Amino acid sequence: METIELIGREIELDEDGNLKNISDWNEEIAVELAKQEGIDELTDRHWAVINYMRKEYEEKGTAPSIRRLTKESGVPTKELYQLFPKGPAKKAARIAGLPKPKGCI
Amino acid sequence: MKKLVILGAGTAGTMMLNKLYNALDKDEWQITIVDQHETHYYQPGFLFIPFGIYEKKDVIKPKSDFFPSGINAITAQIDKIEPDNNRVLLKNNQVVTYDYLIIATGARIAPAETEGLQDKLWHKNIFDFYTIEGATALANFFKYWKGGKLVLNITEMPIKCPVAPLEFVFLADSYFTKRGIRDKVDITFVTPLDGAFTKPRASAILGDFLDKKNIKLITDFDIARVDNDKKEIISWEEDEIPFDVLVTIPTNTGDPAIERSGMGNELNFIPTDKHTLRAEGYDNIFVIGDATDLPSSKAGSVAHFEADILYENFLSVIEGREPQAQFDGHANCFIESGFGNGILIDFNYDTEPLPGKFPLPGVGPFSLLEETKMNHYGKIMFRWMYWNFLVKGLELPIESNMSMAGKRM
Ligand SMILES: Cc1cc2nc3c(=O)[nH]c(=O)nc-3n(C[C@H](O)[C@H](O)[C@H](O)COP(=O)(O)OP(=O)(O)OC[C@H]3O[C@@H](n4cnc5c(N)ncnc54)[C@H](O)[C@@H]3O)c2cc1C
Repeated sequence: METIELIGREIELDEDGNLKNISDWNEEIAVELAKQEGIDELTDRHWAVINYMRKEYEEKGTAPSIRRLTKESGVPTKELYQLFPKGPAKKAARIAGLPKPKGCI
Repeated sequence: MKKLVILGAGTAGTMMLNKLYNALDKDEWQITIVDQHETHYYQPGFLFIPFGIYEKKDVIKPKSDFFPSGINAITAQIDKIEPDNNRVLLKNNQVVTYDYLIIATGARIAPAETEGLQDKLWHKNIFDFYTIEGATALANFFKYWKGGKLVLNITEMPIKCPVAPLEFVFLADSYFTKRGIRDKVDITFVTPLDGAFTKPRASAILGDFLDKKNIKLITDFDIARVDNDKKEIISWEEDEIPFDVLVTIPTNTGDPAIERSGMGNELNFIPTDKHTLRAEGYDNIFVIGDATDLPSSKAGSVAHFEADILYENFLSVIEGREPQAQFDGHANCFIESGFGNGILIDFNYDTEPLPGKFPLPGVGPFSLLEETKMNHYGKIMFRWMYWNFLVKGLELPIESNMSMAGKRM
């Protein structure tokens, strides 16, 4: 089992490197996870996305697709890629403490 | 009389029509099926059209060939479903009421979702092969093409038949080799996924096939727009990929009628219970085939396995019982790999495609995740099975729930 130390706590990760238990998440941890993803500062726009994702996950049990994100979070696609470069859906999910969105098939 | 209405007479709708026609008492039930077209297209055959292997006549039959006598078939466009009033409005102003509804309106391509895709190069240097028009236009283009950059791009997931794009590049490799110009054709497979396919083991193995066949793989590419003048596809991160011919799998969505009905998700797919196939929130509506939002493949084989489950659950529900049968997400796909070979994958919601053998009484075994001639024959045989067994709702010697027999962990 992989674990990392964040803000002085041992945190368990799943096979994708996302938090194993979403209950471990808090805003401080989000800031640390963002740094690992190369995002030095979380702005209000980042938080808008992160909070939307967490809300969606609580209601639906899965993290939303990019399409759903842009349609309902109020953040346009272009901006999403600027906020979370290289795969916004995956990155934002990780920072939000959620499992990797399932690429359905 | 109790009324059953089926929306869509494609693979899944026609199959359910035939299965239920044989099961329901004709004195008690009136069955109606609605579709906008009179022609039934064998969509898996579209893959072969660009390479001159099939022509249009090989993939069409009149829908009415598959309608049993005594049912009510309406050729009209569906305007919208009013689930709270148990009725369906058609574009010809007809109103169809129902006691039970089965929605099988499938998925379609929506090229207008991507800027510049359906512009001046559409069906000139940019083609889809998910429609009969796109596939035949591409066949004409390839016939006279002297070579250059062939780029295949998947816009976004989910798409119907997620293996079809891979099959396309495998067949292109084989086709241009036979034409003696393979060295002049540069083939690139561009996908938003992080590998050749969605599931890890199949993705690695299929990625190796791309490599072996000298097909370039570009992953994690989310297309934002097409520049028609420069002939480039451009991602949201401003990465550019030039092409001479672009074969696109545009965004796939459910039918706009689903959106008009207020029953779809962000892609017009209908939220459906992934085990019972009942529409979320409506006790008398079932959904089958590509129209659902299930986390399974959108494929004819999947629709076939779903049909067995839906059949049982429909008969339970009309007798006032709870639906008992559970769909497990089973998919079984032959992947045409070129030069007369094929690869087979078999999987469900919980088990990813694994290597091994796939037993099939009387015919098999087929090899899983390996290239064999036998798998190619399986794919070719599928068309015959499709017309003669599948859409007629007849039994095939293959279980609706996946089996682990023969699979290697
Ligand atoms: C290129 C390609 C290759 C494929 N290869 C394979 C393969 O090898 N193996 C496999 O198993 N599957 C394959 N598939 C997928 C397979 O064809 C589909 O999954 C299958 O046809 C789904 O059946 P369906 O009944 O859900 O939808 P469809 O068969 O598409 O039927 C939907 C029907 O609903 C009708 N309809 C929709 N909206 C309206 C409206 N508003 N008013 C009236 N009528 C309406 C349509 O006219 C259509 O007849 C392939 C698909 C493509 C495009």
